[in-house]
Amino acid sequence: MSPLVELQGIAKGFGEGEARVQALSDITLSVAAGEVVGLRGPSGSGKSTLLNLVACILEPDEGVLRLADETVWQGRWAKADLRALRRRAIGFIFQFHNLLPFLDATDNVALAMTLNDVPLAKARDRARALLDYLQIGKRAGAMPAKLSGGEAQRVAIARALANQPHIILADEPTAALDSERAQVVMDLLRRVAREQAAAVLVVTHDDKIFSRFDRLVSLRDGRIEGEMRPG
Amino acid sequence: MNLALRDIRHNLGRFLLTCLGLGLLLGVALAMVGIYGGVVEEALSLARGLRADLWVVEGGSRGPFAEASRIPGDVREAVARLPGVTPAGSLTFQTVEARHAGGPGGNEPPSEELVRERAGEAGRQRIGAVLRLQVVGYEPDRPGGPPGILQGRGIGRGRLEMVLDRSAGVPLGAMVEMANIRYRVVGFSTRTVSTGGDPLAWITLRDSQDLQFRLNPPAARRAQQGGGGALPQDTVNAVIARISPHADPAAVAAEIRRWKHFAALTAAEQEQVLTRSVVDRARKQLGLFTTVLLLVSAVIVALIIYTLTMDKMREIATLKLIGAPDATIVALVMQQAMLLGAVSFAGGAALLLAVKDNFPRRVVLGPEEVAGFGLLVFVICLVASLLGVRYALRVEPAQALGG
Ligand SMILES: Nc1ncnc2c1ncn2[C@@H]1O[C@H](COP(=O)(O)OP(=O)(O)OP(=O)(O)O)[C@@H](O)[C@H]1O
Ligand SMILES: [Mg+2]
Repeated sequence: MSPLVELQGIAKGFGEGEARVQALSDITLSVAAGEVVGLRGPSGSGKSTLLNLVACILEPDEGVLRLADETVWQGRWAKADLRALRRRAIGFIFQFHNLLPFLDATDNVALAMTLNDVPLAKARDRARALLDYLQIGKRAGAMPAKLSGGEAQRVAIARALANQPHIILADEPTAALDSERAQVVMDLLRRVAREQAAAVLVVTHDDKIFSRFDRLVSLRDGRIEGEMRPG
Repeated sequence: MNLALRDIRHNLGRFLLTCLGLGLLLGVALAMVGIYGGVVEEALSLARGLRADLWVVEGGSRGPFAEASRIPGDVREAVARLPGVTPAGSLTFQTVEARHAGGPGGNEPPSEELVRERAGEAGRQRIGAVLRLQVVGYEPDRPGGPPGILQGRGIGRGRLEMVLDRSAGVPLGAMVEMANIRYRVVGFSTRTVSTGGDPLAWITLRDSQDLQFRLNPPAARRAQQGGGGALPQDTVNAVIARISPHADPAAVAAEIRRWKHFAALTAAEQEQVLTRSVVDRARKQLGLFTTVLLLVSAVIVALIIYTLTMDKMREIATLKLIGAPDATIVALVMQQAMLLGAVSFAGGAALLLAVKDNFPRRVVLGPEEVAGFGLLVFVICLVASLLGVRYALRVEPAQALGG
């Protein structure tokens, strides 16, 4: 089975001239369906940049990006509607949860589904079920401003999983959680990877959950430094 | 799930406050439209109130309101003989400085007692107050009289009686003095004012010709020497005619135009003349104010929507991140603009309709004007929201990242 996420020789820099920062160089990496891959490295090593490239939020400078067997970027964007790709195939958990402040927890999750034409009532039912599973069912009616950091993070996770995407990208999803809840989130991501045959790429600093990854990739100064299999 | 509404509900206080401000602005702009309507109605009220189908005036003139017109009084008989003309009547018009000359009781000067007694009465004018009146002289029992009597009676054959517009503020039965002659107010007409907004007063044609003579003796005397008559010459300003429903006013007008020295205007032409001469200036002034107010509203709406959108930059970027199509984002911005316009307009219009009868100026607003204005506000909001839409479409999804 070919990998769902495939990067070949990807490079990305920011800025011009003196101020130029080479955030990523020559990244070759793939994540297969059902696989949960961790991405670690010091601050500024390019973890978020890598994730954003896979999510098609940033445009690479060099290399080839393939998602679900289709070339997405090679010299230029190969797909016209990146947003349709994101809303159907990719679930993204941001480093900062990015919930819409004017929607309650349930509707923040349901919105992702209604964008894919799921009827609102059905979307809300599924949203509540997801929130229940993430142990924040009691906060389903709360506005984001009233949620704690950990609660908001779990709502954001529910939103990322709402459309049963094949590619799940998470930027430090457990940073705001205690270790018990961090384990719940990792269990969930692993289960989703198995059951939905999804490729899961998770940025993390959290050594308590390192053991839950199929593979751990280390970045340093924008390059892949090494890889290990915790299991 | 309507994002526009949900966002507004989340910031309801701010939204309503914005609507209040914009609503007041739109209310003032709508008031301008209403005042214009009032000016038109007042300008046409005299011509309409006389219910003339045809106006016969001096040749080459567009009288008697827009230009001077003097024709011999006997023209009325000739007009009345024309086929299709039902009745015809001679009319004079003059603007006169009159004086409220005391209560019922006759021609003696008002006593101090009477002055005090009458001061606070129905009429608001004190005895001795100077009034500007548009005096209409007409032949009782012929066309040209007051359109209706609100109170009291019409003028009889007796001389020196007057039917007055109530807005003059003179009580019924009181005396009004013009050129040292006193007229008794025997009735109030239904509301009618001159094109200049002066209250109307009806007196008999003979009284009015007398008045004309007294007010302008040299000119009248010259005319008398020429004509040789003992009485003031029988000159009127216009002859009006009602036309039978089976006849065509335009055809009768064409017939009269063939007579030398006379011009004829149909009711529609007269209204057109009045509109051009009197209303056009008001239209220009009020139109200018209204345009400026609407432009200001447009700029304000544009700025409000732009600011609202800018404040939502992060949310819009997040929407793009989770894959919301442009249509969702454009709808969010535009629906908020429409809602802002709709709530403000409804508030402004409701406020204006509630207070318009206490306005210092007459405000005439029909459902068509209100609806038309609403449509204009809608278009303004639509156009003004484009600035916000442009901004929203340029937001990059990456702008949602980072703290
Ligand atoms: N939009 C940007 N403009 C300029 N430089 C950027 C931008 N985004 C990232 N960088 C730079 O690229 C490098 C990699 O940043 P990135 O955010 O990927 O690091 P990270 O590994 O996610 O760090 P952290 O663990 O602190 O989140 C850093 O040097 C950063 O300053
Ligand atoms: Mg990061």
